[in-house]
This record gives sequence, structure tokens and C-alpha cells, in this order.
Amino acid sequence: MGGFESFLFSFFNLKVMATYLPLVAKGFGLTVVLALLIVACGLSLGLLLAVVRSFGLRVLNWGIIFVVDLFRALPPLVIIVLLFFGLPAAGITVSGFAATWLSLTLVLMAFAEEIYWAGITAVPKGQWEAARSTGLGFLQTLRLVVLPQALRITIPPLTNRTIAITKGTALGSVVGVAEILGASQSAMSFSANPSALTLGAIAYLILFIPVVALGRWVETRFAWKR
Amino acid sequence: MSTTPSPIIDARGLWKRFGNLAVLKGVDLSVAERELVFIIGPSGSGKSTLLRCLNRLEEPDDGSIQVDGIELLSPKTDINAARRRIGMVFQSFNLYPHMTARQNVMLALRKVLGKGKPEAGEIAARALDRVGLGDRMEHYPAQLSGGQQQRVAIARAIALEPRVMLFDEPTSALDPELVGGVLNVMRELRQDGMTMVVVSHEMAFARAAADRVVFMADGEKLEEGPPARIFGEPQHERTRAFIRQIDRH
Amino acid sequence: MQDFTFAFLNLEIVREAWPILWSGFLYTVTLSLITVPLGLVGGVALALLATSGPWAVRLAAACWTDLFRAIPPLVLLVFLYAGLPFAGFDISAWGAVAIGFFLNTGAYYGEVLRAGIESVPRGQMEAARSTGLSRGQALGYVVLPQAVRNVLPDLISNTLEVVKLTSIASVVALPELLFQARQAQSVTYNATPIVAAAVAYFLLLWPLVRLISRLENKAMAGR
Repeated sequence: MGGFESFLFSFFNLKVMATYLPLVAKGFGLTVVLALLIVACGLSLGLLLAVVRSFGLRVLNWGIIFVVDLFRALPPLVIIVLLFFGLPAAGITVSGFAATWLSLTLVLMAFAEEIYWAGITAVPKGQWEAARSTGLGFLQTLRLVVLPQALRITIPPLTNRTIAITKGTALGSVVGVAEILGASQSAMSFSANPSALTLGAIAYLILFIPVVALGRWVETRFAWKR
Repeated sequence: MSTTPSPIIDARGLWKRFGNLAVLKGVDLSVAERELVFIIGPSGSGKSTLLRCLNRLEEPDDGSIQVDGIELLSPKTDINAARRRIGMVFQSFNLYPHMTARQNVMLALRKVLGKGKPEAGEIAARALDRVGLGDRMEHYPAQLSGGQQQRVAIARAIALEPRVMLFDEPTSALDPELVGGVLNVMRELRQDGMTMVVVSHEMAFARAAADRVVFMADGEKLEEGPPARIFGEPQHERTRAFIRQIDRH
Repeated sequence: MQDFTFAFLNLEIVREAWPILWSGFLYTVTLSLITVPLGLVGGVALALLATSGPWAVRLAAACWTDLFRAIPPLVLLVFLYAGLPFAGFDISAWGAVAIGFFLNTGAYYGEVLRAGIESVPRGQMEAARSTGLSRGQALGYVVLPQAVRNVLPDLISNTLEVVKLTSIASVVALPELLFQARQAQSVTYNATPIVAAAVAYFLLLWPLVRLISRLENKAMAGR
């Protein structure tokens, strides 16, 4: 077998790929579900924290800032490992899926809160004053005047951050989640051939290249024009 | 003129400090219904702060403010209900950039007065017509000139049918050729009998249209009176200096 | 409560596991000191190719960047470490980490720096060239310093992510902080070592997080 042939046999073995395609496809589905759950929960929790923070209650805000800093500073894998291997010591067992979902949700929540908050504070004070001078209340002003402007400028950084964090779903493989990486790793050990891993890599590209391109497009499209 | 028995604005003994700096030192101001009061003075005299206290965008440290019979500083007062009777126009317009001119005007009509969409839309159209922008209703602020934006801001305030209008340097951010349009709208409001308090450097407008001019310096009201007297024979040395300087321009 | 303290905040265990945790911490710091410059080198090269090469090179650089931004770094690492040996390339865990980080963080740094270079007005390059500076000199002395300053918050934020990312080296058994903490946990049957590792990461990276948050707020307000 020549070098190139052996390369093809190892990494692009169509027979192996065909055999394990269903397994990796299942992993693909799991990755998508996990990613959607993380995005939905992380972004809404982050927005909730940013709104609560805008009330300006000092002690509460210190708490929010600490939680946000904590989950920005900790590597996601450390949180996953802590939840999955640590919690059983307290008598709580969580599945690998739940540990991965919760960890990445908390991380996305923290980054999203920070971005939303920067967006809210970037809206000029005059907008608040104008709205309040017409009799709108605090929450009405926040919801109708400030947030629409804040969300718009947060779209590019938020999109990029969300993409980066959802890619962390691959970390689930460490705690036995059969998402794309987990599925293709077990396929690789069954078949003693890394073609399944190639298949996994292709699955990630199919999933994330459009998303990365979307992020790039969003960055130019939502440049704030006044 | 200012001897109407019950003034519509009655502010007494207003104090405002920013840190160690006292910006208002016990200022009184009363304004009669249908009166146009001009507040002038050098920058840092506290005139804008005084105006912003009149709808509690600035919280005075001491004193009392009554507007249309409502005790503005009382904790029992519903400040949002009170504010919709006090229109405010800002130096920097502060239009909502994500809404059209008409939506800018409609927002408080719908959310504060609880009017339905068709009715709010009609009122907004009338208000925009009144400031001469009937043909610009669906434009976004970014598509309007500064003068047009300021007229939308005036429409946004008058659509709520306020009892009083406050103007905080409404023409200072405008190019000279756009000032006239805004002043015309203010003149028409005055003719319709709107009570107005104006902080501005438009001395010619003050001379022609104001009922009373208040001169402030260093957080105090130094003198007040009809424009002819304040501009013609000011009593106070600071006033004389200020008016000399303004007239040179 | 006592059970909780025993399982998660057990000082006895911390004392026992201290040497191994400390060695893991030092390993993480060392790993960061190697991977960050490695990524920066890759990033500068990519950014230069993506902004000033001929169009085919620019396109290739853009594709390369998107490719390695789309593949999760752990997938890349597993592929290098567990996949390549099948083709006869037996690379060590170290080699896999070095190549993986070069490819992944290089792409991220490259994207940030590209945006930075594009934010510098064209006239800067022209002015520098008009005074007789070579293209390389103009890039090095005039364009890059401004580019770096314009995207400094993003660069620092990316660096934070790289340091955090070194934790995936535990998957290929490099004895960095998370790996050592897991070892200590499995030996002691107690979660405290992992909590201790989390605290160590937090203490190491919190100053950086604060700094980034301040810079980002300023950048957003300046829009």
C-alpha cells in the first residue's frame, strides 16, 4: 500500500464511514439539541441578569458581577468536570448531558450579561430622560426605548460569543455524552480506524461553517448607523 | 403680568448640590398660566439645572415645586402621571433612533395615556402637522435634519397636551439656518396660549416673544422683569456685563 | 452542611493534594506561556496574509481561518492525538497540543488582528511608504502598532480564552491543573481537589476578566 493509499484508508475509508454514519448522525442531532438548549437558556438568563442589574441595587449588583466574573474566568471543562464528578460526592448525580448543558448555559449567561449590560450603558442618558419626561416608567423606558437600541449593538459580539460557546458542546464527550465527538470517538475505537473521526470533523464543519459565516455577515450588517 | 393669583409653576427655595458644588442656592420661580418665561445667564449659572428640576429629571436637595397644583417632590406623587403634563424639549433632541417620527410621537400616547393605535396615530399626525412635518412622518431621525428632529421632539411633547412646556437650549445644537424653523414653532405655541419656560441664548427671540426674563448667575436669581427692562436697563452689574457680551455677537 | 464541607471544602484533602495541585498549576502557567505566543505568531501571519496578499492568498487565509474557527478545539486535539497515529504519525501529547493550539488560537488571533489592520486608514501605510519606509517597516512600525491598539480588548479577551482552553490538554493526559485535580479526586474519592482547581483558575484569571470588562464597556460606549 502506498503512502497516499494508506492515508485514504485511514482517514477517508468510505466503508468505515458508511458503517458509522448513523451513529455520528445521531451525535449530530444530540449536538444540535444541546446547542439550542444552551443558546436559549444562556441568552435569556443573561438578559434577565442585565435587566435586574439595571435597577442599580448595590448589593444585588455585586452578586451579579461576581457570578458573571466567576463563569467568565472558569474554563468550561472545569465546570463540567466539577458538576459531573464532583456533585455525586454530595449525593447528587447528574448526567453528562445535564452537566454539559448547565455548565455552558452558565458560561453563556455570564458572557451574554456582560455584553447586554455594555449595550444598555451605551445608550445615551438623553434617551432615558426623553422617555421619562413623557411619563414613561422605568421598565417601560427600558423595554420600549433602551433595550431595542442596546440589543441592536450587542448582536455582533453576542453572535460571535454564542458560536464560540456552543462549540464547547464537544467537551461533553469527556463526560460520556454521545454528541458528535463522543459518537465518533467510540466509532473510532470500534473500527480501529480514524475515518469515523474525519466524519465527525466534517459534521462539525457542516454545522458550524454556516454559523461562522453568519457571524461574519452579522458583523457587517449590524454596524450601527444613525 | 406675573401677579396671577395661582401660578401654574411655583418653585420655592430650590437647592441642588453636586458634591461640594452648590448649583442652585435657594431659587424661587413662579410662572403664570400662558406666560413665556426666558431664563438667561452665563454657563454654569444653574439655569439648565433649574429647568430639569421642574420635572424632576434632577432631584432637588431642598425646596418645593408645585406644577398645576401637584406637589412634584412629594413621595406620594405619581411622577409619571405628573410628567406627562410637563412637556420637555432637549438640546440634543433625544429622539428614539429606532422609531420613525410618528412612532416617536405615538409611544407615550399609547403606553402612558393608553390610547389605541389608530387614535394615537391620528394624534401624532396632527402634532407633526402642527410643527410642519406632516410629510416626514415615516422618516427615521437619521433621515431628518437637526431642525426637523427638534420639531419632531416638540411634537412628541405637545401631543400629550401638556399644561407646561420646558425648553432646554432647544436651538443650541442647530446650524444657524435651521434655528428659524424651530423658533417659528415655538412662536406658534405661544400664540396658542401654551405656558413655556425657555433656557436659551436666542436673545432676539426673548426680546420679541418673552413676557418675562429671569437672569441667573452662580446658582441664584439675580433679577427678573419684562424683556424691555432686563435688556434695556438692567439693574445688576453682572446682568449688564452679560448682556453687553451677548450683544457684541 | 458538614457533609458538604467534607466533600467540597476539605482542608485536610487540600493539604494532602497540595504538591500535585501546585505542580499542575505551574504546568498550566507554562502551557499558557507557550500556547499564547504560538497562537500570536500564527495569528499575525494569517492576518498579514489575509490583508495584504494577492487575492488567492487572501481567500485561502479567510477559508483557513473559518475552517479552524468552525472545528471545536477539542475535536482538533483528539484528531491529532488519537487519529494521526493510525497514519503512522505518532505525535506526543505535547506535539498534539502545540499543533492544535497553533491552528485553533492562531485562527482566532488572526481574525482579531485582521479586523485591527483593516481599522487602520489606508493613508497610514501610504504616508509611511512616502517617507521611504519599506513595506515591512511600514507594517511593523506604523500599521501593526495602531492595529493592536484598536483591538486590544479583543486580543486580551482572546488570550483569556486561550489560557482557559489549556484545560483541554487534560484530555490527552498532560499533567496540567485540571488533570492533576482529577487524579487527586480519584485517589481521595473527594471533590475538594476539583474545587481547589476551580478556585486556582479563578484567582489566576479574575484580574484579566476585570480588565477586559472595563475595556469592553469603554469600547461599546464609544460606538
